[in-house]
Amino acid sequence: MKEALEAIRQAARQAIAAAADEKAVDEARVRFLGKKGELTGILKQMGRLTAEERPVVGALANEVRGDIGEAIRERTAQLAEAAMDARLAGEVIDVTLPGKRPVQGGRHPFQRVLDELKEIFLGMGFDVVSGPEIELDHYNFEMLNMPKSHPARDTQDTFYITENILLRTQTSGMQIRTMEQKKPPIRIVAPGRVYRSDAVDATHSPLFHQIEGLVVDEGITFSDLKGTLEAFVKKLYGPDTRVRFRPHHFPYTEPSAEMDMSCFKCGGRGCPLCKGEGWIEILGCGMVHPKVLENCGIDPEKYSGYAFGAGIERITMMRYNIDDMRLLYENDLRFLRQFH
Amino acid sequence: MKMPLGWAKEFAAIDCTPQEYADRMTMSGSKVECWESPADEISNVVIGKILDIVPHPDSDHMVVCQVDVGEAAPVQIVTGAANLKVGDLCPTALHDSRLPGGKKITRGRLRGVESNGMLCSLAELGLTTHDFPYAIENGILVLDARDYPDGLPAPGTPAAAALGLDDVTVEFEITPNRPDCLGVKALGRETAATFGVPFKDHTPAVRPGHGDVREHLKVFIDNPALCYRYCGAVVENVRVGPSPRWLRERLRASGVRPINNLVDITNYVMLEYGQPMHCFDHKYVNGAEIHVRNARPGESIVTLEGAEHPLSEDMLIIADAAGPIGVAGVMGGEHSGTYEHTTTVVFESAMFNGPSVRTTAKKLGLRTEASGRYEKGLDPNSCGEALARALELVQLLDAGDVVNGIIDVYPAPREKRRIPLRPEAVNRLLGTALGREEMVDILLPLGFAVEADEVVCPTWRWDMERSCDIAEEVARYVGYNRLPSTLMRGTAEARPTPRQCFDKKMLDALAGYGLWECETFSFYSPKCFDAIRLPASSPLREAVTLSNPLGEDTSIMRTTALPSILEVVARNWGARAPECAVYEQATEYHPSPLAHEAADNDFNNYPALCQKLAAEGKAPSDLLPRESQKILLAAYGPGWDYLAMKGILEQLAATAGIAALRAERNAGGGTWHPGRTADLFAGEVKLATVGELHPAVTAGYGIKARVVAADLDLDALFACRGACPQCVPLPRHPATTRDLALVASADTPAAALEHCIREGAGKLLESVTLFDVYAGERLGEGKKSLAYNLVFRAPGRTLTDEEVDGAVACVLQKLQALGVALRS
Repeated sequence: MKEALEAIRQAARQAIAAAADEKAVDEARVRFLGKKGELTGILKQMGRLTAEERPVVGALANEVRGDIGEAIRERTAQLAEAAMDARLAGEVIDVTLPGKRPVQGGRHPFQRVLDELKEIFLGMGFDVVSGPEIELDHYNFEMLNMPKSHPARDTQDTFYITENILLRTQTSGMQIRTMEQKKPPIRIVAPGRVYRSDAVDATHSPLFHQIEGLVVDEGITFSDLKGTLEAFVKKLYGPDTRVRFRPHHFPYTEPSAEMDMSCFKCGGRGCPLCKGEGWIEILGCGMVHPKVLENCGIDPEKYSGYAFGAGIERITMMRYNIDDMRLLYENDLRFLRQFH
Repeated sequence: MKMPLGWAKEFAAIDCTPQEYADRMTMSGSKVECWESPADEISNVVIGKILDIVPHPDSDHMVVCQVDVGEAAPVQIVTGAANLKVGDLCPTALHDSRLPGGKKITRGRLRGVESNGMLCSLAELGLTTHDFPYAIENGILVLDARDYPDGLPAPGTPAAAALGLDDVTVEFEITPNRPDCLGVKALGRETAATFGVPFKDHTPAVRPGHGDVREHLKVFIDNPALCYRYCGAVVENVRVGPSPRWLRERLRASGVRPINNLVDITNYVMLEYGQPMHCFDHKYVNGAEIHVRNARPGESIVTLEGAEHPLSEDMLIIADAAGPIGVAGVMGGEHSGTYEHTTTVVFESAMFNGPSVRTTAKKLGLRTEASGRYEKGLDPNSCGEALARALELVQLLDAGDVVNGIIDVYPAPREKRRIPLRPEAVNRLLGTALGREEMVDILLPLGFAVEADEVVCPTWRWDMERSCDIAEEVARYVGYNRLPSTLMRGTAEARPTPRQCFDKKMLDALAGYGLWECETFSFYSPKCFDAIRLPASSPLREAVTLSNPLGEDTSIMRTTALPSILEVVARNWGARAPECAVYEQATEYHPSPLAHEAADNDFNNYPALCQKLAAEGKAPSDLLPRESQKILLAAYGPGWDYLAMKGILEQLAATAGIAALRAERNAGGGTWHPGRTADLFAGEVKLATVGELHPAVTAGYGIKARVVAADLDLDALFACRGACPQCVPLPRHPATTRDLALVASADTPAAALEHCIREGAGKLLESVTLFDVYAGERLGEGKKSLAYNLVFRAPGRTLTDEEVDGAVACVLQKLQALGVALRS
């Protein structure tokens, strides 16, 4: 009987190893381990054995059953792995083909920069306000210490609708409107379209955008102006940016200044972008003229403030290396698609 | 303002490079735009002396010269000029030299004869006979002894130095608050203060002459509000001729062309003092009297440049006993400026009201150097000194015999302004801790005086009004960049407004949907209305019109931004873009119905205007046009049809939290395709028009593709936006779905079917989705099939088939009324 068991073991091992697929493995299982299988058949003859033989043969029979079971599991696993390998081998694709992209448009480069400016100023505690582009002369000029005969008006060639209604030349009107409506402390920036009668060329446009800021509170100083604008420029252009302030004149601020920043392209050594100067003019600023505060019913003995204004096109053009302002308003898709 | 640096050095003894000068002046508040020196363009050009002239052996119009250029041996130069003689001194460009305009001279052979350079003419050195009146235009510049009273330059002297081309001209940007800096003297003072050297003032000294000016001239100021001061002097026996070289050089370097000694003196004084001057022939002053008055009705004047100008009564003129002889502060009459047979001249140094000069010059279209200066507001106190300077120069140049005395009519002399010196106020504004003495030390060199606790301002500093002006003087001389930089203290409350957040969300979303954002101009041509076939009666044709546009193309403010976005589409079509999908947040401008209620005169009294409007519950800003915010969208190319554009708007509305949009056919035509356009509503509020453009519109823009567009009211979209979403628990029970294929007549709107489905299915309906539309022969003529997927669900339990079947039965019953049945 021992011989018979060994023969089954041998036969089963061969049959299982030869099984080419799961079905063949299962047939082998039925053939050897099934209810009518060969091993079961042998075990039914156990009763004929002597009491001494029985445990020995029984142990052997269990061993053979275990062996066969193990062989089946092994072969099944082998077959599954082979099947998986075959499947994966058949599913190879060219991974260098271009991806299928979602359709994507984009914001105008100028709007991207404007959003960034707004975020920076919001982070510094400035509310963003907006107001009318068609403005009263009163708000655009008169209240800003620029009466009708003021020679400084010549520097801002103005489009008029009537003698007293015009296209705003600056967003400063919003400073006045804010101060009329709100008592200090005031911290605002006013971005928006402004208009000056300049013919279109690479650096001029009859319509462009400004962002102006205003701070009014007790104890605001020229040093605060410097510190804030320096912080702003570092946030916009990086912590290594240096700034300098030059005396200048605006009718609505006193003292007035222009701020230059170290050229971001050459770091201040001088290059074509900064015309060899190492500095790039970036904004005008100054302490709000006491007459302007008085015009808005704010006591200049108690309160002081500063104001600043910068051209957004200029910042955009510098940011993206755009050398012609007309590109911004032509909206050629080949241009717009460059910005992401 | 162009200033020869050598001239400024008369007032301040400085020694520095032009770069250093420019940097320091800019940082102390006098911005230097640039500087240049003609000498920089000239190299290796020296004064040569002609030693010998022989005819060219092989040419009848050239000569061969031996020229002493200060070296051991003379150089040989061939020239074609005929105005040379032995002993002449002339500028000589040696081998390997450079001339203005980048011209290079090298040695060569002319018809076989060696020539080691070139003898230069005026033009070759960038000069004219105005600069060297004794030279000839078409020939070699031969130095004239009259130009070198101290002796002619030696051979070998660098030509730039010998010809006065070696000074540096500095160009300043003078801000409108500092008209005094339009004079070399004032810039000299700024220079002295900037470099910390003494300011060397010069007080003109006129030697006693003859006679008495009052016997030659009477002056009357009829309108002292517009003429603050009039100073006049008389010079007899004038000797008109060229000015000396030093004076011509300064004028040339300042950008002023030398004419003759009389005119040059007036220009020189203007450049030095900033004070415009006038010198005119006494014999043309009828009655020997001058009246400064307003023009009378019907008066006109022929001005210096020969044109006749009618005058209006608000214009201030200089008149004699017979009539106008000059427009005050703008330009002289026809006889001024010519000095043929002139024996006696009047020098005028006057001060007029700036705004008046500005208005007059503008009206006459005569913006002159003088008017440009007057309108900025000059100091009447400098008229007298400027006139004395002119007379001093007359004597120095021996240009005539000065008659004793000056006429000086000065009804209300300008007093010095006094500003309290409050160091603590200055420090408070600047954020500094400067001492009083430091401030005083800054102010004194600038011409201020400090008396007790007051700063006494010189009258030329009429920009000085209050403490903040003192602060600026202090700040710019301490140095803006030496002041502290601080960050403001205190908490700041700032956040974007809901509208700002909303706009950004919408604009970002559209970019995400595959459209590109544009920026277009807010103004366009009235022809744009025709381009979009706007009906003649459309209220949108009522636009805000610019009174002084750059051109017709930019003459009205847009009332609809559709033409703007179509321009963009047309441009990209023209650039052969296969696809274009663009959008813009655009402002539109609608005239205020109140605009005509306030006359321009009302604005002259603003408080009264406010009061008048307040009585009607309005404010001046209500007179302004209404500005509304739109989003314009337009697209063409593969996949872009009506439904694609409508889908963009539906998705955008969903992003805005608007649950459902209702579409109503807009068959109005005109701009839009009458069969492919709808108005979209949220509830009863119209949000947008969306559709295909009328083929005639696209054709007009030169676009040969179907263009779909939308005109979305951003203000309305914001008003209709949904509230912040509130989370609904996820369903725990399964849904039951039913697909219905329905057959309807072709003209039944899908919206009507969906309406019936929703009504019939009732509360159990979770969603209804159209998933197929079919029309074909199998359905029969005039029919279409729409297939819907309906999802039913009840909260808290599993629906039975019976319930769902009941609901579907209701749906079918409702649809029957529309003539819609299940597809068999």
